[in-house]
Amino acid sequence: MKTQHLMKGAALGALLAAGSFAAPAHAQDSVYVSNNAYRTGPFAGSGIPIGDGMRDYMTMINERDGGVNGVKIVYEECETGYDTKKSIECYEQAKGKNTIVYSPWSTGATLAAIPRAHIDKIPILSMAYGLSASADGNAFPWVFIPPFTYWDGASLMVRHMAAELGGMDKLKGKKLGLIHLDAPFGKEPIPVLENLAKKYGFEVKLYPVAAADMQNQGSLWLAIRRDRPDYLYNQGWGAMNPTAVKEAIKNNFPINKLVGVWWAGGDDDARAGGAEAKGYKSLNLNAAGTNFPVIQDIQKFVVDKGKSLAPKEKVGENLYNRGVYNSMLLVEGIRNAQRITGKKVITGEDMRRGLESLNITEARLKEIGMEGFATPTTISCTDHSGHSKAYVAEWDGTKWTKKGDWLEPMKDEVRPLIEAAAKDYTEKAGNWPKRTEACDKP
Amino acid sequence: MFYREAGQFKSTYQADMAVFPIRQDRIGLAIILAIAFVVIPYFGDDFFITSVMIPFLVFSLAAIGLNILTGYTGLISLGTAAFMGVGAYACYKMTTLFPGVNIIVLILASGLFSAAIGVLFGLPSLRIKGFYLAVATLAAQFFLQWSFVRVPWLYNYNASGAIEVPQRLVFGVPVTGALATPETRYFVCLGIVVVLTWFASNLVHGKIGRSWMAVRDMDIAAELMGIKLLNAKLLAFAVSSFYAGVAGAMMIFLWYGGGEAADAFSIRLSFNILFMVIIGGLGSLIGSFFGAAFLSILPTAMKFGLPALGVPMAGATAEHVTFMLIGGLIIFFLIVEPHGLARLWQIGKQKLRTWPFPY
Repeated sequence: MKTQHLMKGAALGALLAAGSFAAPAHAQDSVYVSNNAYRTGPFAGSGIPIGDGMRDYMTMINERDGGVNGVKIVYEECETGYDTKKSIECYEQAKGKNTIVYSPWSTGATLAAIPRAHIDKIPILSMAYGLSASADGNAFPWVFIPPFTYWDGASLMVRHMAAELGGMDKLKGKKLGLIHLDAPFGKEPIPVLENLAKKYGFEVKLYPVAAADMQNQGSLWLAIRRDRPDYLYNQGWGAMNPTAVKEAIKNNFPINKLVGVWWAGGDDDARAGGAEAKGYKSLNLNAAGTNFPVIQDIQKFVVDKGKSLAPKEKVGENLYNRGVYNSMLLVEGIRNAQRITGKKVITGEDMRRGLESLNITEARLKEIGMEGFATPTTISCTDHSGHSKAYVAEWDGTKWTKKGDWLEPMKDEVRPLIEAAAKDYTEKAGNWPKRTEACDKP
Repeated sequence: MFYREAGQFKSTYQADMAVFPIRQDRIGLAIILAIAFVVIPYFGDDFFITSVMIPFLVFSLAAIGLNILTGYTGLISLGTAAFMGVGAYACYKMTTLFPGVNIIVLILASGLFSAAIGVLFGLPSLRIKGFYLAVATLAAQFFLQWSFVRVPWLYNYNASGAIEVPQRLVFGVPVTGALATPETRYFVCLGIVVVLTWFASNLVHGKIGRSWMAVRDMDIAAELMGIKLLNAKLLAFAVSSFYAGVAGAMMIFLWYGGGEAADAFSIRLSFNILFMVIIGGLGSLIGSFFGAAFLSILPTAMKFGLPALGVPMAGATAEHVTFMLIGGLIIFFLIVEPHGLARLWQIGKQKLRTWPFPY
């Protein structure tokens, strides 16, 4: 019975400790950044490369430059397992430790955090995920969703379709199928696609996949075979994506007409289809590969020194690079906040100002070793997304390659929807605070 | 030595039948309540209150609900999370339709909707038993969760399909919404849980509880003794779902504060609550609290507590270790005491009575 006492004691001790959290003693010049990660759970396959990329860029900035303008970034991961309950715990912990920014890394966690952000004074950076309406900076001064929203993604898909068909007028009479996770994330593109379908005269077919059936899409593909859509857009995540690729091949759907949202562009997603997955496409916001100075610096300062968690051959994969891109946004936000406020060690409120006047130009991308890696993004007080360009990546059988040019989302179609949705959100929330935060000039 | 009832004489039947016949137990309960109402809100920080105490209270209430059904009446249910979801969506619909009504009243009233749905899905329990009933309640879980996604009316046609908890004031103090302080939300949760626990305790110690237990122990015998199975079983489903519904409404309104609700009420949650009831102790109210504490507080305490204590573990490692430790502890406790933590507690009390001179 002795072990039992010991265990009880340990449990009790841990319990007491949980009550007495103290913010860690920060060194003089450092900022604390908490990041939700999911290296466990059903989405770990996507979560691990993203988490590695984010962590490695932060480590690289600390190792190579000694931090941002001499201010070290204390970067900490909080494990969520892609579970909203745990994400809320992580938010509370991040708040307790005075994080300067919160990266929810799940739409559910973003939705839960949005109402709290302006009260706790913690800016939320949900990079190309989360609530599309939060691109309206007037309604959501504390939420940022660069470089574009899911609604931009849907419009990009239509643009891509038109480009391949040879013009917007060729869309008439075509059929676009949307395979989507039957959850808020998956349903995001529907309103935009339906609007555009009406405008350009094509038809949208919906193929919802229940979360429990992510790996069991047999019946759905029967329906696809029956309907014979011209193009398929896959708004999927996690185990749903490799399954969709495999099913497309099994059902003889032309793989080059299957286009995934950027979250369906993992290397492992495409690899699942084997050699026949060659030609699978995905919208993308960052380039894959190691052929960029920034990735080479990460290899030099982090990976080769054994400070990375990622296996060497995974560095430079698509989702890894996306993590790098997300960290770059954070670091540039910090840098910008330092510039505006003149402070070295910034707070969450400074970070909000930094993100709001973020202007990542082509020249700046070149300076940080990301030329051709991503496209310029400008955030303003009204536009918290930037509605930046994306490109369609193609799987060549072993890696993601960039085919074609950067495409512009249909901002004029998306923006009114965003503003209407933001208005709807703030009205329903009841006494949503009017924006009082001043607007900085970039 | 300290815990002995020597010298406490009972002179009335009422005193003899009291739920807490021993004075020390009553003092202990008073101390626990004092800690819950005074010490925790006064000394606990925001993290402790929002991430440890509020989840604990929500899960305790859900576990009490399931315990009434599974522990006291012997009907296994895997639909608890769905019934919680009914409560959450009912509360959301009601508060958007009647914004002026006191939100605490609505949280309690949402349990009634859940109870009605519970009765509906409880009907098969008259014909099927045991594991077969568990499978039948799975239907409730899947059907209701499907409805939460597929019936946009339930979430007011929100573009993200999420519940956005509006701000509601009670006597001028924000109780829900982002401006509600953790302390306020904690007090509301605590108040509801204390009152409903007291109510459940009265139920299970009274005629109704006895009829449930009779059904659990042998339903044919219970029927022969004049207990109407239909009434007893459906009442158990109704009360159980009521508790689950209130817990679900509390979960979304007082803890999550909005978000992807359909996702939160998944089968994983149902299993989690079933485990709480089994580990805590079937047929025991205090066991529900033990089970909830074990499966809700302990993982959080390990994940955040161990690194805070200086154990060099972060992120995923802490999560993995927590998984393994919790899994190990579950097996350990079930081997040491298959009747759950409540039974351990009882044994402990029994030992304490004869301490330091056991016979």
